[in-house]
Amino acid sequence: MAEPSKGHDKLMIGQSPTGIYIAHAILILGVIVVAFPIYYTFVASTHSLQTILRPPLPLLPGDRFIENYSEALFGGVGRIGGVPVWTLLFNTTVVALGIAIGKIIISILSAYAIVFFRFPLRMTFFWIIFITLMLPVEVRILPTYKVMVDLGLIDTYAGLIVPLIASATATLLFRQFFLTIPGELVEAARVDGAGPFRFFKDILLPLSRTNIAALFVILFIYGWTQYLWPLLVTNDNQMNTIVIALKKMVSFADADTEWHLVMVTAMLAIVPPILVVVLMQRWFVRGLVDTEK
Amino acid sequence: MATVDLKDVRKVYPGGVEAVKGVSIAIPDKALCVLVGPSGCGKSTLLRMIAGLETISDGTCAFDGKVVNTIGPTERDIAMVFQNYALYPHMKVYDNMAYGLRNRGTPKDEIDRRVRETAKILELSHLLDRRPRELSGGQRQRVAMGRAIVRQPKVFLFDEPLSNLDAKLRGQMRVEIKNLQRALGVTSVYVTHDQLEAMTLADILVVMNAGKVEQMGNPLDIYEQPASTFVASFIGAPPMNLLPITNGKFTDGSALSITAPAGATILGFRPEDADVTESAPKQGLTLPAKVEGVEPVGAESFLYCAAAGQRIVVRVSGRALHEIGAKLTVSAPLEKLHWFDKDGKRVG
Ligand SMILES: Nc1ncnc2c1ncn2[C@@H]1O[C@H](COP(=O)(O)OP(=O)(O)OP(=O)(O)O)[C@@H](O)[C@H]1O
Ligand SMILES: [Mg+2]
Repeated sequence: MAEPSKGHDKLMIGQSPTGIYIAHAILILGVIVVAFPIYYTFVASTHSLQTILRPPLPLLPGDRFIENYSEALFGGVGRIGGVPVWTLLFNTTVVALGIAIGKIIISILSAYAIVFFRFPLRMTFFWIIFITLMLPVEVRILPTYKVMVDLGLIDTYAGLIVPLIASATATLLFRQFFLTIPGELVEAARVDGAGPFRFFKDILLPLSRTNIAALFVILFIYGWTQYLWPLLVTNDNQMNTIVIALKKMVSFADADTEWHLVMVTAMLAIVPPILVVVLMQRWFVRGLVDTEK
Repeated sequence: MATVDLKDVRKVYPGGVEAVKGVSIAIPDKALCVLVGPSGCGKSTLLRMIAGLETISDGTCAFDGKVVNTIGPTERDIAMVFQNYALYPHMKVYDNMAYGLRNRGTPKDEIDRRVRETAKILELSHLLDRRPRELSGGQRQRVAMGRAIVRQPKVFLFDEPLSNLDAKLRGQMRVEIKNLQRALGVTSVYVTHDQLEAMTLADILVVMNAGKVEQMGNPLDIYEQPASTFVASFIGAPPMNLLPITNGKFTDGSALSITAPAGATILGFRPEDADVTESAPKQGLTLPAKVEGVEPVGAESFLYCAAAGQRIVVRVSGRALHEIGAKLTVSAPLEKLHWFDKDGKRVG
């Protein structure tokens, strides 16, 4: 059963002063390598198009922050049919939330069925789910597209979300977690008069909450960065997600591209995933550090 | 408050393992029945069938004369204490105890009253706001007990509830469980493989072996009149000395000092019924023996001796002053001898 939480009071490896300096140097280098392009994008997003097109690009932010951001957010960008970035952010949020929440609900329920119920062909269903791991969206994209067309789901949120919801990975993760729940606990709940629904709600969900939080973060980002499927299933610019729009904004001809707005859009595109990670980190760091079982 | 009647209960697991092979036990109201036996003999299986956690393959289980075979654990109104306690890790002690009552729709103030009352009995009042992982093993055990008691069920079921505690705490909890069970007057079934626990707790002791009942009854009767060599060696510590005999001779060829009853092929006597003397007494069994080991445990000592071609144990009170290799005579009074036939069944 639950051990006293590990990890907090454990000594870290290699606590000699030189070790610490080297470790920090490497960490700082890593941060610079990762963060510099983002910083540079931010810098570009605060300059006018003329400044960007005339190299070299300054290393410090310019003075057009407010103009650029409000133009992109509310004014609309020409190359994508004048749709404001605000609409794109909204679309993408709906899609990412839909995919993350949908996947979690579907997979936790299927894992629950597979682990805790005895029904005919149980293992067959498990293997069918398992096999779909080998069939990611890209592989089954044409038949899926056909189905969406037949159902009239092109250019709808449902069309963007539903085909991406089925998830073997999340189902397997939940299954592995459920298998670690001691049989005695399940039986104690039965003796205590908890039916299948109560057991799920009162015992399984609270015990899974750190897993759910971690999965939510991963799946939200997965949904946020989807490219191929949204590209196929949307024709209307109003239904674009931000990643698609970003691609469409960039023209082959440099002069044709409103680079300052592209940069703003790129900056805005990474804000929500960062927010999700920051807001949820309290949950899933706890999940990784002290697993309550 | 219920009687529990098992009639020819069998369990065949899906893989074909027959874990329980026809067990009939009648437990009167308010009695504590202890199932004891070696590992894998089917104790837990039998208990879980009474709980309704395992289907009954054949035979009937009845509470108060009403067959409950097809009824689930919730409706059977039983409470169970598990070996690893099975507390809900994310719930506070209070909620752990209240959960079963909530599921049954007991009014809130009634739940609160009962939980606090039970916590007081078990000295858990100051722990109600803690989570299980913030408790010691003994405290967790108490919470598990509390969760069962608070429900005021018809039947208590215990599956080796003390096996995760250290020896001292186990002794303490054993007394407490007995007192609680008496005070609450709830019919109980208690599984253990600890014969001391079995002897001290049981109103009815059931000794099981390989899915069958070997012997059933009052614990002291079983101790004094074990029905088979299995029971004789299982109940009592150290176990009974069992010496094979053929035609009035031991395996090493030495002659028996008394006459065996007809059909007896095994002679048994308990370490605590035997004595060591320098000169042989007039009556009873006498065996020449050689000391091979001495184990002083404080108030008593165990002498391990070679006698009749094998090793026997004798308990002597106080500190044994025998040297290794010393020759002496082991004796046991006639009325304390047990005789078994070639199938291990008691013959006298
Ligand atoms: N789910 C199961 N499927 C198949 N066989 C089982 C199952 N559970 C138990 N058994 C078998 O049934 C027999 C009795 O098991 P049981 O758990 O009742 O033993 P026990 O007397 O409680 O032992 P212990 O003292 O070790 O707990 C064993 O041989 C075991 O292997
Ligand atoms: Mg067992």
